[in-house]
Amino acid sequence: MTTTAAAPPTVRRRPRTPDSHTFPTRPYDLVKELVVALVVVALLTVGLAAAFSSPDEKAITLSDWAAAAPNDVVATAAGELAGTTTSAGYGPPYNTAADGQMLGPLPLQKWGGVRIPVNSAQDLVVTPLSRVTGDAALSAALATWTAATPDQQTAWASAYSDALSKAPNGDPTAVATGDYGPVPTMSQAFLTLAASGGLEGMLASSSGTFYGSDQTRPLLLLSDGSYLEDQARARHLGGDQWGMMNETGNYPGQPWMWLYTFWYQIPPFSTSDNADALVWGLMMLLTLLLLLVPFLPGLRSIPRWIPLHRAIWRQWYREHPRPRA
Amino acid sequence: MTAAEADEVPTPASSWTVRTRTRLSRTVPPGQLLPDRQPAYMASWIYVFGMLTIAALLVVVATGVVLAMGGVAWWHVSPTGHFVNSLHLWSVELFFAFMVIHLWGKFWMAAWRGNRALTWMTGVVAFLASIGTAFTGYLSQSNFDAQWISTQAKDGLNAVGVGAYFNVLNPGQMLLWHVTLLPLAIGVIVALHLVLVRRHGIVPPIDAEAPADDAATATGGAR
Repeated sequence: MTTTAAAPPTVRRRPRTPDSHTFPTRPYDLVKELVVALVVVALLTVGLAAAFSSPDEKAITLSDWAAAAPNDVVATAAGELAGTTTSAGYGPPYNTAADGQMLGPLPLQKWGGVRIPVNSAQDLVVTPLSRVTGDAALSAALATWTAATPDQQTAWASAYSDALSKAPNGDPTAVATGDYGPVPTMSQAFLTLAASGGLEGMLASSSGTFYGSDQTRPLLLLSDGSYLEDQARARHLGGDQWGMMNETGNYPGQPWMWLYTFWYQIPPFSTSDNADALVWGLMMLLTLLLLLVPFLPGLRSIPRWIPLHRAIWRQWYREHPRPRA
Repeated sequence: MTAAEADEVPTPASSWTVRTRTRLSRTVPPGQLLPDRQPAYMASWIYVFGMLTIAALLVVVATGVVLAMGGVAWWHVSPTGHFVNSLHLWSVELFFAFMVIHLWGKFWMAAWRGNRALTWMTGVVAFLASIGTAFTGYLSQSNFDAQWISTQAKDGLNAVGVGAYFNVLNPGQMLLWHVTLLPLAIGVIVALHLVLVRRHGIVPPIDAEAPADDAATATGGAR
């Protein structure tokens, strides 16, 4: 019996993209194009800068904060001592109070480690206060605080924080009487220190450097209060107001970050405790997809399915119509 | 032949200089680095945006250099400094606008075809590096925007462990990334991107056939 070999199936392959150097050419002055582009961009830049300037709203100083929202400063100081502020319970990279966010099963925040150690009570409040001289009441309060057990310190500070939150407008002078230990004296002294304008320097250089170029501690302290966020929200810069990509005033900000900011506006990200890790994970995945578009079947075919390229090369396609099958 | 010519020692092929020159000319053959002709199919306004992006990048760098000369606080206290900052800001906005249009244009042209995947990928990396550079610029402003953006951004970076090494609350670190490391990275990536563009030439239209193939097809010949 003889058998006939079946003909191999016909495989339709897409033609290889030909070498661009084999096509007819026309004169093209690249250097002239660059110079003209440079002139156009320079003129556009000057015009936009002259017409719209740029935003520069002064940074909030800790003395500004003390003057504008003294009760918030006192509440923040008490919160730092009680360990209830955002920075006190943050976790890595500042402390071990929490493990931080998870990306699925991956504790990436914990893996990053505590590389920028900040003890909120000690570094943001007690150490700056201990540098104040000539205040006998404060010295006595600090001595009482230092001599107390951690549990006692927490009990005093927590009780005072709670009492402040219940007082009208958080007013320290309207707080109900209670056992707050030295915390009211320390918090009030902290307000005085902030108002004096000397607190930034103490915090920025508290790691022992003369040049305080690292603002980690002042910024953590400021963001532990509510004043900074109140000011930002008043300018429509809150996290749920697309704040990450915007800036003060009617300026475009960073519109190229729209997709990153977008995820924070919708569930499950807007309601998740792991929102930051999830958004970052998603953006890393999407970025990888963008990077690898040339190799991904389907994605790389989108330009064929939606033939905008026929508008770009309309002259070529007009002069080179596809031969009929 | 003179005695001097006879005694001249030929350059050995193992010369590092010869090898480097050979490698360079193989990467971008002479005439392709700065050609005075382009394929006839390169006839669309979309092609202008690559060059506009380069031009905007040059203006960004130039205005950034002037800002750097005045120092961190200069633009807060000097009207001239503020104007230079405005130039820097708007050139950055233009740079991103042109780059995004360029990127979308290349996407719809499927410009990664014909061994151009690395050209696409270096473009994407340049885009990402530019986002990082602009972001660190916002953090280096030493004003209210810098305070708010840094305290918000720290949570995202900390959540994935990056914040432990890249501290957005440290303007000293952010400024150095903004004015040295990231611009240097962008310069290298953009240079590589441009070399790849020149090496491979402008991508032909989708499904276009080379003229020789075109003629063969028209006469019924095999491809």
